[in-house]
Amino acid sequence: MRFAAILLLALTVTAAHAQDSDSEKEIERYRAMINDPMANPGYLAVDRGEQIWAEKRGSKAASLEGCDLGVGPGVLEGAFAHLPRYFADADQVMDLEQRLLFCMKTVQGLDTKPILTNRFSAPGKASDMEDLVAFIANKSNGMKLQAPLEHPKEKAAYAVGEAMFYRRSAVNDFACATCHGDDGKRIRLQGLPNFSKPNSGAQETMGSWPTYRVSQSALRTMQHRLWDCYRQMRMPVPVYGSEGLTALTVYLAQVGGNAVINVPSIKR
Amino acid sequence: MRILFLLLLAFPAMAQTPEVERVVAATFADAPEAWKSRVTQDETQALCSLRRNEPTKAEAMAIEAREKATVKIPAEIAGSWKKGEDIAQNGRGNQFSDPAGTVAGGNCYACHQMAPAELSYGTLGPSLMHYGKLKDFAPAAAREAYGKVYNAQSVTACSTMPRFGHNGVLSEQQIKDVVAYLFDPASPVNAPVK
Repeated sequence: MRFAAILLLALTVTAAHAQDSDSEKEIERYRAMINDPMANPGYLAVDRGEQIWAEKRGSKAASLEGCDLGVGPGVLEGAFAHLPRYFADADQVMDLEQRLLFCMKTVQGLDTKPILTNRFSAPGKASDMEDLVAFIANKSNGMKLQAPLEHPKEKAAYAVGEAMFYRRSAVNDFACATCHGDDGKRIRLQGLPNFSKPNSGAQETMGSWPTYRVSQSALRTMQHRLWDCYRQMRMPVPVYGSEGLTALTVYLAQVGGNAVINVPSIKR
Repeated sequence: MRILFLLLLAFPAMAQTPEVERVVAATFADAPEAWKSRVTQDETQALCSLRRNEPTKAEAMAIEAREKATVKIPAEIAGSWKKGEDIAQNGRGNQFSDPAGTVAGGNCYACHQMAPAELSYGTLGPSLMHYGKLKDFAPAAAREAYGKVYNAQSVTACSTMPRFGHNGVLSEQQIKDVVAYLFDPASPVNAPVK
């Protein structure tokens, strides 16, 4: 707890400094902290994910090592950098979490109900999904985010995701674009990345998820980030691993395309 | 041919495309009954989404006329700036994480600068610092502000500001209190910058 408080303070200070021009040193320190498995608790999730990946589970007593994340069965390096993508065996576009659920069912014969119940971790309750995503995404560190946009279903998902980005609804008339449609805006003091066009701010965001959220003492994935966005938009709970959240992620992966992946990061 | 023409005419007023609406409906398929109406769009939301908040002149006029018809501006705006300040600071309400029965705030500070002493303000909306003072505390301007908060799109079509009164987020009295926060000469909004 004290550790979390100190980290939060450090990050707040970092964020405040980042708004100034002479913030290079602070940002450098922040980067070092992200990359230090001893300083970034997100790496605990990476370690747990590695074990879950290799664990034989389900009615087929199989590990996930037979899972094809898009670059070949069991291949981890660079898989996350090219997601979401179209998978012929499922005939749909999938993000990492959807793909993992698919592999749990097909490769392992695993009942995914308890996995979905624990999709977001809570104190004393780990999440297999968060841990697996941390482990797998970490294997794309240093690579550029290059989700493919070639298959007709990838293009269709992009179009839907873009439309959802601008789609206003619920009691506050909010769309994603309400807060993320312009450069240099903020809610209270919190800076907001612009996702209406490709730019470095969008890249910084897309290259830094999954992340360790200090305020939640938990590793969080993009599925959780979008869940939280829709909460703030006063929308109902979005379905985890749904076509819509993947469509939005396909759109965001293009707007933040070529981001250098460095995960798990640390955020406030 | 005539049907196609009619469809084209009707299209802007309809939801984005059937495919987008299908995916959106599936994304929020677990919504409890009372929340389902939040997933579908009214005519104004649908058109503003389609136009990315840049409607044509004719469309803007139609939206403003339609939204204006929903606004009843009281002859006298009597409210408490102190209560208005609480409403401006309060970002709770209407989120699926809020306990049932949570009274929603206006969360004005999320997007607007208001009292010069409050440094934690957002920049999605224009600064409202000294708003009442800059309007000479004119009762007519206060009534206009009430209309703007009640239904922002009655003034500016596809404004990104929520239609607080029209959508039932804030009560009429709460909006009067927010207007008092803007217009009361004693309100911190109109205090000099230190």
